[in-house]
Amino acid sequence: MADLRSVFAGIKSPNPFWLASAPPTDKEYNVVRAYRAGWGGVVWKTLGEDPPVVNQTSRYGALHGADRRVIGFNNIELITDRPLDVNLREIKKVKKDWPDRALVVSLMVPCEEQSWIDILKRVEETEADGVELNFGCPHGMSERGMGAAVGQVPEYIEMVVRWCKKYTRMPVITKLTPNITDVRYPARAALSGGTDAVSLINTINSITAIDLDEMATSPSVDGKGTHGGYCGKAVKPIALSMVSEIARDAEAGKLLISGIGGVETWRDAAEFMALGASNVQVCTAAMLYGFRIVEDMLDGLNNWMDEKGHTRLSDFIGAAVPNITDWQHLNINYESIAVIDQDKCIQCGRCHIACEDTSHQAITASNVNGMRKYEIDDPECVGCNLCYHLCPVPDCITMKRVENGKPPLQWVDDPRNPGNQAAE
Amino acid sequence: MFMKLDHKVSFLLRSVFQGEIIQHLHEVSNDNGEFRAMKSDIAAGRLPVDQYEANFSDISAGLSPWEATVESERCLYCFDAPCVEACPTDIDIPTFIRKISNGNVKGAAVEILKANIMGGSCSRVCPTEILCEEKCVRMAKEGKPVLIGKLQRFSTDHLMASGVQPFERAQPSGKSVAVVGAGPAAMSCAHRLAVHGHSVTVFEAREKAGGLNEYGIASYKMVDDFAQRETDFILSIGGIEILYGQRLGDTLSLDTLRADFNAVFLGIGLGGSNDIGVAGEDLDGVVDAVDYIRELRQATDLSVLPVGRRVVVIGGGNTAVDIAIQSKLLGAEDVTMVYRRGPEQMGATGHERELAQTRDVRIRFWAKPVKFIGDDGAVTGVEFERTALGSDGGLSGTGELYTVDADMVFKAVGQTLVPFSSDGDAPEIDGGRFKIDENYQTTLPGVYAGGDCVKGLDLTVEAVQDGKLAAEAIHRRLTHLNGGS
Repeated sequence: MADLRSVFAGIKSPNPFWLASAPPTDKEYNVVRAYRAGWGGVVWKTLGEDPPVVNQTSRYGALHGADRRVIGFNNIELITDRPLDVNLREIKKVKKDWPDRALVVSLMVPCEEQSWIDILKRVEETEADGVELNFGCPHGMSERGMGAAVGQVPEYIEMVVRWCKKYTRMPVITKLTPNITDVRYPARAALSGGTDAVSLINTINSITAIDLDEMATSPSVDGKGTHGGYCGKAVKPIALSMVSEIARDAEAGKLLISGIGGVETWRDAAEFMALGASNVQVCTAAMLYGFRIVEDMLDGLNNWMDEKGHTRLSDFIGAAVPNITDWQHLNINYESIAVIDQDKCIQCGRCHIACEDTSHQAITASNVNGMRKYEIDDPECVGCNLCYHLCPVPDCITMKRVENGKPPLQWVDDPRNPGNQAAE
Repeated sequence: MFMKLDHKVSFLLRSVFQGEIIQHLHEVSNDNGEFRAMKSDIAAGRLPVDQYEANFSDISAGLSPWEATVESERCLYCFDAPCVEACPTDIDIPTFIRKISNGNVKGAAVEILKANIMGGSCSRVCPTEILCEEKCVRMAKEGKPVLIGKLQRFSTDHLMASGVQPFERAQPSGKSVAVVGAGPAAMSCAHRLAVHGHSVTVFEAREKAGGLNEYGIASYKMVDDFAQRETDFILSIGGIEILYGQRLGDTLSLDTLRADFNAVFLGIGLGGSNDIGVAGEDLDGVVDAVDYIRELRQATDLSVLPVGRRVVVIGGGNTAVDIAIQSKLLGAEDVTMVYRRGPEQMGATGHERELAQTRDVRIRFWAKPVKFIGDDGAVTGVEFERTALGSDGGLSGTGELYTVDADMVFKAVGQTLVPFSSDGDAPEIDGGRFKIDENYQTTLPGVYAGGDCVKGLDLTVEAVQDGKLAAEAIHRRLTHLNGGS
């Protein structure tokens, strides 16, 4: 039985699975249900100044995969639309009732020092474990100079973080927006401001669909739409990349990271943590399936850790970071080619047509005694692995290392690199 | 079972074969006034009235749009797909299924219909389990194919319900073609010829078009007058006229057709049924299955159809299965199919066999009829001899006999081409079917043939392909394109 206990920026929780600041954490009722289901912590839905915001309907868009599984999700919901004192009262009560769980409060107020002083003071009174600065929300609030509008300007980030660190004893987590070109800049700014940690990613600017009858976003608000924030499984690859960029940055790499973006399973969580996140935050998966999903997150992570011999989370947090590098440092002498296991092949022919039409014409199609046969033409295969990914049968196509006897070589050292020749 | 009756019992068995009313009068008294009530117990109305509709409702409910979407997403969109190769009409199955999953249901239907204008009826009657679905690559790992037939039905039903004829006729060519018969081969041929701009006259012997779709397929596979709706859909292309009551060799002469039209297509099917050729075949209650099914298909009130309490079906093909199941659905208590060989050799597919067995039809293999047993001119049973395969692979009787009691016996041992009388030249027949060349042309120049009246598997889908390819050959001939003959 692995030890799943987590300490993040001094905030203790029985496991590294937190619910992200979002509709599931908007009020006591939901949060208590989440704790009962086993979630290690929550980040309460973003508080702002009174009067509370007013929301639009409808608020969500979705990208469906096969069998109507939601693979991508977006929303135009704003921060909490309940009065500040109601939220604060509930936060205080919940923290008192559930002392072993993490309770962090997300905040978004205008970029004025007094606004932050005021709200931090009131949150401190709840005895919440920490605050998360919402610099990520890409819709609505950003039009009012908050959320992503702050997160897109490193100087603002640094300024607000500095205020927060000055006016509260609580740990400060800075939530970053992905709607920027290089996430290391806002991360470094948060670090300069003295943040205790960063959390990422917030949602991505998105329009999920256009209704071709209405000629408007689907769904729309009375025939008009606006971009929302994209999340769910579909954003995980983007989030993983951004987490890794920070984790392996010489400067920002010192930051504690809370990984967010498409975490649905224990495996997703383990991947974020392998890339340097110390814990993860989940929203969309819970919204799609309910809080019960945490049970397998705990069980699956525990079983995997036991199998791998990891006794605590720190055993594997960041373990994959050293293996993330720049393209130019990859071994250009590494060769692999595809191998088709003919016993597993179901003769769908998709590897052939994909390679033939769009790649390297390295998979032949023939008919042997009335049976279709697809074979790799080894000399033509460049090892791109397109076929490996699109084959519908697991382990039917594998990539085999070609022992070419060449020593490892990085592009930066490769004589074929024009940059090297220029330097000579 | 004996019962005392004080007057002579007779019962009228009405069967309405080929439009004539035949009356069988059975007197079943014995000397002391006791009656063995209906030794041969054949009666109509065995079921509560509302049961008929339930029994003969569509055997396979169509897919809902959502079911079709989920099923279409199972298709792997194979390249050079094995299912296409297995389809006698070469429907591009992965393409039409992808269109369904993309929400282009009309496009899916057009994709089907351009290869097979009777895609609607084929989706209902094709033995997909031995054609496209057997070859589905999903079978390899899961043993569960994509439900191609049901997806085909979903999309073609959608198009037909919209009332759209998706094909356009070419400019009139000035050429005319006579199509004899209005079954799947003939109507497929007529439609393709019409698409090419030729003027088509269909000569049909019966009162309705559709051939076996109208008169032969089991009722529960072709509900809601589908054969007629499909005929209307085909005719909506324009340029096709159907004349009914036109029988070749009777009201119609091939010589005249050859003189009056630029080409002739024969899609006359198989008009005769094989006899069993054993004693007692002429007893009352021994009925040709094809004739009976034709009546059943045309009946407006199934409760008037007489059916035996105990029914024996002789044969192992789809007709045998169809009549066995439908006897059961009409209220027969006990239905036994007897086939002279084993399940492997049976014409009916495993799916059909299962259909029969799950509807409480008993199937007995390896026995052949040696005589029909009768009493007072009515059949009461069939004596069978067990059979076995000899070392030479031939079938022979073992000498071991058994009897199955029956009130009604259906013969379903295959159909035959009925040669039509002709004053002039007649197309040559080879192996009981019209001899054709690779262009579907018979031994008479300009006379083509396809469907069950030529050699093949006798499947609807194959007939459609014959008609389509024959039409293309005729078109080449009429336009003197390469490959014409």
